[in-house]
Parts: sequence; structure tokens; C-alpha cells
Amino acid sequence: MEETIEMTVNGRSASLLAEPSTPLLYVLRNDLGLAGPKFGCGLGQCGACTVHLGGAAVRSCITPVASARNATVTTIEGLARAGALHTVQQAFIDEQAAQCGYCINGWIMTAAALLDADPNLGEDQIRRGLSGLKCRCGTHMSILRAVKLAASRMAAARRT
Amino acid sequence: MGPDFVVTQRGFTRRDFLKGGGALVVSFAVPGCATLAGPDTAAAEFPRPGTAWPAKVDPALLDSWLRIASDGSVSASVGKIEAGMGVGTSFAQIVAEELDVPLERVTIVMGDTATTVNQRGTGSSNGVMKGGEALRKAGAQARSTLLALASSRLGVPAADLRVDEGIVYASAQPSKRVSYGELLGDRQFHVKVEKDPRCKDPKEYRIVGRPVARMDIAPKMRAEYRYAADLRVPGMLHGRVIRPPEAHARLLHVDEDASLPGLVRVVRKGDFVGVVCEREEQAIEAARRLRVEWSRPGPLYWASYDALYEHLRTGRPKVSKSEDVHGDVEAALAAAASRVEARYEYPFQSHASMGPACAVADVRDGGAIVWAGGQKPYPLRGAVAQLLGLPAGKVRVIWMPGPGSYGMNDADDCAMDAALLSHAVGRPVRLQYMRADGTGWDPKGPPAAFHLRAGLDGEGNVTAWDYDARGFSGQLRRSGTDVPGQSLAGQLIGGYPAESHDEHKFSDESYAFPAKRKASHILPWDQSLGTALRTAHLRDPDGPSTCFASESFVDEVAYAAQVDPVEFRLRYLKQAREKAVVRAAAQKAQWRPRTKPRRAKEGGLLVGQGLSYAPRHGTVVAIVAEVAVDPSSGRYRVRRFTVAHDCGFVVNPRSLAGTIEANLMQAMSRAMHEAVRFDPTRVLSVDWITYPVVDMMEVPDAVDIVMLGNEPGAKIYGAGEPSTRPVAAAIANALHDAIGAPVRRVPLTHESVLAAMRG
Ligand code: FES
Ligand code: FES
Repeated sequence: MEETIEMTVNGRSASLLAEPSTPLLYVLRNDLGLAGPKFGCGLGQCGACTVHLGGAAVRSCITPVASARNATVTTIEGLARAGALHTVQQAFIDEQAAQCGYCINGWIMTAAALLDADPNLGEDQIRRGLSGLKCRCGTHMSILRAVKLAASRMAAARRT
Repeated sequence: MGPDFVVTQRGFTRRDFLKGGGALVVSFAVPGCATLAGPDTAAAEFPRPGTAWPAKVDPALLDSWLRIASDGSVSASVGKIEAGMGVGTSFAQIVAEELDVPLERVTIVMGDTATTVNQRGTGSSNGVMKGGEALRKAGAQARSTLLALASSRLGVPAADLRVDEGIVYASAQPSKRVSYGELLGDRQFHVKVEKDPRCKDPKEYRIVGRPVARMDIAPKMRAEYRYAADLRVPGMLHGRVIRPPEAHARLLHVDEDASLPGLVRVVRKGDFVGVVCEREEQAIEAARRLRVEWSRPGPLYWASYDALYEHLRTGRPKVSKSEDVHGDVEAALAAAASRVEARYEYPFQSHASMGPACAVADVRDGGAIVWAGGQKPYPLRGAVAQLLGLPAGKVRVIWMPGPGSYGMNDADDCAMDAALLSHAVGRPVRLQYMRADGTGWDPKGPPAAFHLRAGLDGEGNVTAWDYDARGFSGQLRRSGTDVPGQSLAGQLIGGYPAESHDEHKFSDESYAFPAKRKASHILPWDQSLGTALRTAHLRDPDGPSTCFASESFVDEVAYAAQVDPVEFRLRYLKQAREKAVVRAAAQKAQWRPRTKPRRAKEGGLLVGQGLSYAPRHGTVVAIVAEVAVDPSSGRYRVRRFTVAHDCGFVVNPRSLAGTIEANLMQAMSRAMHEAVRFDPTRVLSVDWITYPVVDMMEVPDAVDIVMLGNEPGAKIYGAGEPSTRPVAAAIANALHDAIGAPVRRVPLTHESVLAAMRG
């Protein structure tokens, strides 16, 4: 049975009439036109569909839309603040960290949540925080450099 | 205050989410067609099926390649596609260079069969070579044509003109000037392409050869880059396919009148079954729940890889071929003072592209438009036309970026399936495969079994070298869907020939030995067509496997001869460029010479260093891998790669470095982890758990790249794939050095490392 579900997406309120079990990913992509989160596996195994739910990185392909009820959802389209890219996005540009880029939503959204919570992470903690995400093109080296760069910039910004 | 937008799943009404205040306005160009702005884009902005498009975009006309708008912006068209390596940026550099316009002013249009020249698409790392060459000449000719126009407009001889940022000046009197935009502005050149226009002297290059940021990167990070999977066209429905549960299972019954939420149509043709629904999640659900009965045909595959390799070693080849034959190998082997012999094996591997394929097809009014990823939209157009019984001129394939594709992944199959579904319902249908349709059903890189033998004289010199490869052709499904039989749809419907090709498995090394022979035997595997183990090109087809066998064996022979493996290679290689990369990689990696595996200890770990080299279509690469092995578990990590790379002149060194690193990681993934699992009736690798790939925890600490031969004017060779080739052998050789025993089967798992250590 369809239900009315209210949530905030990228800072704007939304009211959806939806089957509560519909994965959030399809609602974001097909109803809200937010194409940033990608379908990679639909199984929670790759991270391509990652969004922030209440600030935490979740895999929207296995997140029922009902679990976002009255919650705040941020997609990569809403990651920029006041027109400025998130530090993680900028670092990915500076490191040119993509081949096809299909996986990149997952890495950026996961890294942003990780570093927003604590940018003072060493390389090993960063690797652990990103472990499990897939990139079939093999962009890992530049992705790792980009996230390390973002961490150092964010940590420096917090110190000042 | 009410919500900013309201969505109902049936007939939704909403204020536009994307165009509203506060949200990012997204607009993007579908290559070759109108600008789109999200799911609600007006229908008028989309091309309509039923239109007749040119049967062929004439490559002999300059206007087919270049356009100059009145604002001075340049649009260059090319029959290649961007597979995620930055080739579009290289094309733009080449055009900007020849025309003397700023790089930002150039856009590249790729892969639309109605507007771009048929160069077949991209493959064999030929993007910059073939597409770049055409654009370089077009740019040069356009520049001289524009100079001629400027000359008459300004009344100054062309020889006395110069161009800067798209503006033509009289050299002696810079106030006399006219811009490209003013000269041509939206009009056509109306000239034929010259065969050999005078191009710029490479020594004067200012844009080509410089490291520049890729044009596609920032849009990707901003989520503004649009993939085929992101396209939404008006009135679009959603499809999913249902594959046979076992190889060669025939469709017995399907509930075509099923009543499932949102179901518009069950589409059945032969053994092809698909569903079309209103919404995407409904299509997924319908495909899951639809009742389908299949036959149980019995085993087609093997019980294990051991059984497969046994089959490859003992089965009767359909074709055999020899190459690089010198002297009498058998006699030399018989006369040798000592002999070395080893067998190597390489498995089926999957493209497992990051997203399962997606395509949108709009088939109605006697025509078809297909938006699809993949690499070869031009042949695909013909296959779609044949499948639907339409003239080719009524079919348009518009390439859009897909997830990375590494040869012939599932993209073309998906495009064909989408065309069938749309044809059945007469409305646009978007079909995205599920993960299991991608990993489980994409065409596979072929397996191979190798047998190598060498003979040594009393002083440790190689007197005989015999290379013998046996396997399935990597072109059962050819690289390019020219006919429906190449696609899964064609095979499942039945009655379409596949036109497979027998592709041999020779290693490309060029060692010179007194007696030498390379043999390749292709075994029949046509029975796999229409199943999930049919074979096709996967990045650097047959390169990693043949190089793994051959370069692993080089180390085994070197140790048997008590010669350092680098010294050994330098001794038997003859070409200067090949020796140079071997030397450069060894030097940069601080190669430790040895005449037997070192089994060096570091803390509780065994560490090793291994080198491998490979040529590929003129490019040469040598790679040193360093590994650290935990002797108790066999688990290991590659700590560092050192690469020496000579692909001649490099258009964009910055993007090439990224491509090389990515090749290393993907090739490392293939070497360490990847083998498609199967049982006698089915493929069992269907997701990321059953087809594991490299993880961030395993990524090396560093990659060092040394570029050789990169000089303006040097020939440009392909660089998209070659650095893939030597990786498996370099890792295997490093493991050999660390543990003192060779590991001869890919994937180089920790279990096989442990087994090799225990002898
Ligand atoms: S698409 Fe959600 S984890 Fe892969
Ligand atoms: S860049 Fe292609 S999958 Fe990561």
C-alpha cells in the first residue's frame, strides 16, 4: 500500500506517495531527478548509490524510502554549500580522480561523511573507511590521494 | 507552508525539483542531440524515430569533422567514444592546437551515428591514433581554409597572417584582424578533406603534449556528467530481462498474461523474455515474480577449473598456428644439456563493469533511436536495423557514456534488448540490467592453458624455446555488434549467425633464441554462444594471459641458468626500445640482482621483487612489482609498482598517468582475485561477493612511472591498455622471488601461494 512519506532532500521538503518498501534510490533518481546516486549492484555491495541519511552514509539501493521518513537526505547534488564544492569534491578534481566516474558518487559521499565526522584520520583509517567500495576501472590510487588531500585540508581548516 | 514538491507514484505532480531555488540546475548535453534538463524535458528536444537520417556521414567533407560557430566556439566530431580515459580531452587538445584556439573553446561530439563519421568506435587503444589523426588533419585544413578567407577579407597575403586564440591578425599591422567566428560563423566550409594538409610542426606545440585537466572530470565530481543510465525521455517505460537459469535452457512457458503491479507487457521471442513496466522498481519486481518455466538441458561447462584446463590441454583444436619459428626446436631441446618446463593457466574473467549496462530505445513510426553506452555505436546501428527489420537509415544510435567498458561488455546486448522491448510496446523503454545480468551474463575474457619448454647448454645459454598456448578464442562474440547473432538477443531468439572469429594466443615478446617456436591452438567453443560463458574482448585481449605465461617462464629459465632475470632479458632482447624500458624500470625500482629467488625476510614477512615486460602494438612497457608475503597464511600485498612506459609521443601526460595507474589496479585485481566461477550448468559469479575485485586495503603504497620516448614528433602509439599486460607476470615473479617457488595459475590467490611454498 502506498503511503505518504515526508522528508527533506538537499535542504528542501518533499512529500511522497510511495510504496514504503521502494528503495530510496529509485525515488531519488526517477521521481526527484537526482541522477548523482548510481545503480551499481542493488545489493549493498558497491556503494555507487551512497547518499547521506541524517548525515550518515547509507546505500540507498537497499534503504527503503520509508526509513527516510521525516529524515534529512543529502545527495551529491546537495553536497556543495553556498555554491562552493565540498572539500572532498574539490580534492577529487585536483587529483583528477576518475576514469569512467560511475563509481565516484560512492567514494565522494562516503569520504565526505567520514571526514565531516573527523578529518584527523591517518592513511590507514582512511583506507578502512573506504574499504568495501568498488571501482572497476581501478582509480584507487588517485582516489586515495584525493581523500588524503581533502582530509589534510579539512583538518587544517578546523585548526584555524 | 506546504512541501517544496510532491511526488505520487502514479501520475505524479510536482514542482520541478531541479529548476527550483536552492537546488543545482542540471543541464547536460546528450552527445549529438539536444540539451536535456532532467526528466521533464520537453518532448520537442528529443529526436523522434521515423525521421530518416543520413545513411552515412561523409568522411570526405571537412564539415563532417569540424564546425565553427559565430561566437568562435569549435565543435569537432569523431567516430570514437570516451571510455573514461580522457580521450575526449586529447581530441580537444589536438583540435585546439592545429586551429590555434583556446582549449576551452573546443567541444567534442562522439559516437552519434547520425552526425559523426563512422570510425567504427573505439577499441584496441586506437582512440588517439585513429581519431586524433583525423582531427589533426581536419584542424590543420580548417586553419588554412580560414586563413585564405581572412586573407581576402583583410587584403593581406596568407603568409603575412598569424593566428592567436582564434583571431587572425596581419603580422605587420595587428589592428587588422578578424576572428574565426566572423569568418565562418555557423556556415559550412564546403570543402573536401585533403589527404595530407600541412599540419603544425610538433616542435611548436603549445597545447598538445602538455598536462591538462580532463574536461570530463569536474562535471563528474559535480554530478553533472550524464551517463546513458541517467537519461529519461518523455513517456518512457522501464524494462528488465529474465535470463535462462542454466546454459542452453529453453523457454517452455511464460505467464504472458500475468497481472503484476505496473506491468505493461511481457515480451517473449524465442528464449528471450523481458518485462516492461511503468516504474523501474515495478519492472525489477515483475522480473523476479514472473512465472517462467525452462528446460533442464544438462551440463555444458565443467565441474572445476582443473577440469576446464584438462579439457584445454587434451581437447582437439579447431585451428592451430605457429609463429616466430626459428631453427629446429625439438632437435635443440633434445640436444640441450638441461631442460626447463612449466605449465601456466589463466581463467575466464568478467568485465563486471561498475554499473550493469543500460540503454534507452525508442522504436516506433518505422524508425528507431537507441541511446547506449558501449564502444562501437556504428556497427550496432546495423545490428539494431536487422533485428527490427528496418533500413539502416531509419536507425540512429546515440552513444552516451556508460560505466567503464573494457572491450565488449554487456552494453551492446542491453541496447539490442532495449530495442526489442520498445518495439513490442511502441513506446520508449529504458532497460537497465541487474547486477547478475551484468557480471553473470557479460561476455567473458577467454581462458587459456600454456605449456612452455626451454633448453640450456652447459654454460646456461638458451638454445631452445617452445611456447604452446591452448584456449578458446576471445572473439566468439566479436568486438563490435555488426549482426544480431553477435548479441545475446540474437542468440536467444535464434536463427542469427554469430560470425565468430578464431583469435590466436601468441605472446608478443621478441626474445631472440637460436631455436624458437610459438604455437597457438584454438579449441571449439561455439556452443557457448547464447550462454553466460561466451567469450569476447576484455581489456588487452589475451595480453595478460600470454604475457603471464611467457614472462613467468622467463624468470624460471633465468634462475635455472643462474642468470639475473633483468640481465637475462637484456641478453636476449634485441630492440633498443624494449631494452630501454627494462633497464629504466629496473633502475628506478632499485632492482636487486639475483641468480636465484632471494626469499628475503623483513620482520615476519617475505619480500620479493619481480619484473615483466611486454610490447603491445608499438608501445612497450616494463613493470617491477614489490610484494610482501605473510608466510603463515600466504596472504600478500603488492607494495609498489614501478613502470617504464614508452608509447611514443603523449598528447596529455596527466591523463595518461591516471590511465596507467588505473590499468595497474585493474590488472592487479585480475591477477590476484578474478576468475569467473561456474558449475557444470551455470555461471556462479553474479555479483561482487562471487566475483571479488581489488579493495582499497590492498592498494599499493606507491606507483612510480618513468616515461620514455615522449618527444614531440615521435609516433603516437596506443596507451589505453598496454600497461595492463605485464602486471600479472610481474606480481607472479615477485612472489617467486619472495617465496622461492613459482605460482603458475591466475588468480594468484593466497591459497595457491601457500601451496607453492609448501611445495
Ligand atoms: S548500488 Fe547500492 S551498493 Fe551497489
Ligand atoms: S572510475 Fe570507473 S568504476 Fe571507478
